[in-house]
Amino acid sequence: MAQVLPLGEAIAATVRDGDTVAMEGFTHLIPFAAGHEVIRQGRRGLTLVRMTPDLIYDQLIGMGCADRLVFSWGGNPGVGSLHRLRDAVENGWPRPLAIEEHSHAAMACAYEAGAAGLPFAVLRGYRGAQLPAVNPNIRSITCPFTGEVLAAVPAIRADVAIIHAQKADAEGNVLIEGIVGVQKEAVLGAKRSVVTVEEVVESFGPLSPNAVILPRWVITALAIVPGGAHPSYAHGYYKRDNAFYQAWDAIARDRDSFTAWMQANVLSSGPEAFRQHAEKAA
Amino acid sequence: MTEPYTANEMMTVAAARALRNDDVCFVGIGLPSAACNLARLTHAPGITLIYESGTIATRPNVLPLSIGDGELCETALTTVSVPEMFRYWLQGGRITVGFLSAAQIDRFANLNTTVIGPCDHPKTRLPGGGGAPEIATACGKIFIVMSQSRRSFVERLDFITSLSHGEGSDHRRRLGVTTKGPTRLVTDLAIFEPDPESREMTVTSLHPGVTHPAVRDATGWPVRFASGVTETAPPTADELAVLRELHRRTATAHGKAA
Repeated sequence: MAQVLPLGEAIAATVRDGDTVAMEGFTHLIPFAAGHEVIRQGRRGLTLVRMTPDLIYDQLIGMGCADRLVFSWGGNPGVGSLHRLRDAVENGWPRPLAIEEHSHAAMACAYEAGAAGLPFAVLRGYRGAQLPAVNPNIRSITCPFTGEVLAAVPAIRADVAIIHAQKADAEGNVLIEGIVGVQKEAVLGAKRSVVTVEEVVESFGPLSPNAVILPRWVITALAIVPGGAHPSYAHGYYKRDNAFYQAWDAIARDRDSFTAWMQANVLSSGPEAFRQHAEKAA
Repeated sequence: MTEPYTANEMMTVAAARALRNDDVCFVGIGLPSAACNLARLTHAPGITLIYESGTIATRPNVLPLSIGDGELCETALTTVSVPEMFRYWLQGGRITVGFLSAAQIDRFANLNTTVIGPCDHPKTRLPGGGGAPEIATACGKIFIVMSQSRRSFVERLDFITSLSHGEGSDHRRRLGVTTKGPTRLVTDLAIFEPDPESREMTVTSLHPGVTHPAVRDATGWPVRFASGVTETAPPTADELAVLRELHRRTATAHGKAA
């Protein structure tokens, strides 16, 4: 049952060293404030799962929180490389990072299989592609009805799923709107979940009967963090900070400038620093 | 008298012209996105553009920086979850054309967006496949747009991220893939189409002012020219005006000086 906690307590209660953690949000609603809290709490040895590692995993990897990354597209969208991810893969800095690489279709199906309580996902994927030759978790299965050979990948069942959403109601149910990505699947497939929200409202008011809602009883901990998805965005609240995504390229390119930025903006800071991004848009 | 234009503008315009009003197009970010939206804003106003973030029939006013900018959702007919996008719409066979780009391409248009150098100890770690491995095989056909150089047009890929015509001839079909694969490759120098027999990408049109040697110099394999190579029509004043206005709006929206 969703318990409303300060972000620090929500993360401390759910994320442990060595956990498999999925922080999802497809470009939209990326849980940056929660990711920063994981960094501040000094978690180590994490397996990070995310379709698009984005800046949030660049930061976690650069700060040495992760041993392993499961992903399907590891760039800074529209800008270029994730330099901390590349430095870890190419040079082992600050520590070696094992990677398990998939395609988007396979990871989306793997999250869905996790939510469905299945051991693996099946898709018509990877045909003629080389990834199955380097990732032993991409295998094949023969359809018992038609004989067609299809790709199979293990379901994603994280220890903890962490997502950001627009709002919770007074009972702790959560509403997600806009590009909804794989967040519902990530939460339903995980043992524990943390949801940060822009705000808590008394009631959601009139909604489409098909709105994407996570009932309070599938959520472990809720934290109210206005602006918590910045520099990604929260549909209806604030826009994606594309200028910051572009600026990140120079910040992260160099180990020293990255470390200085993390010291100033993450280690010496707290979730309240995100509020300015929500207020700027209001 | 044609207005002056850049090679990059010629490439985007030539890529846009390949799209039709009744296409349902799965759009990659970057050059493909610019070409697809130029088509929508010029000769193909009814085209359905789909981005892998789940946005269906989107009509962005500015080009998205990422595949999931809010602009795409706000201007879409509907937005579905990412698993639904890949399972029902892409794998379900609802897409007529996929528009891709890549870091490396070979003569059979196979694409690499994974690594330069050996996979276990890469010289350059690229972002990876994303949606491309399945876009390349599930869409009815594929268009590719990318700038040409010996670094990107290579004799042998370091990694096959996405299958196109494989080893050529009927290799794609032998792998059980029944879609057409790349039917057109547009670069800043020329337009390539697959040879009907070998499926090797062959120059069928040169952009104005581009010579055979210029294409040879920028291609890492012994490039073949079709008999009767034509000249690409230069961008019209309207195409250029719409493309430049789109880039101007985009730069303003993303907080950069135009």
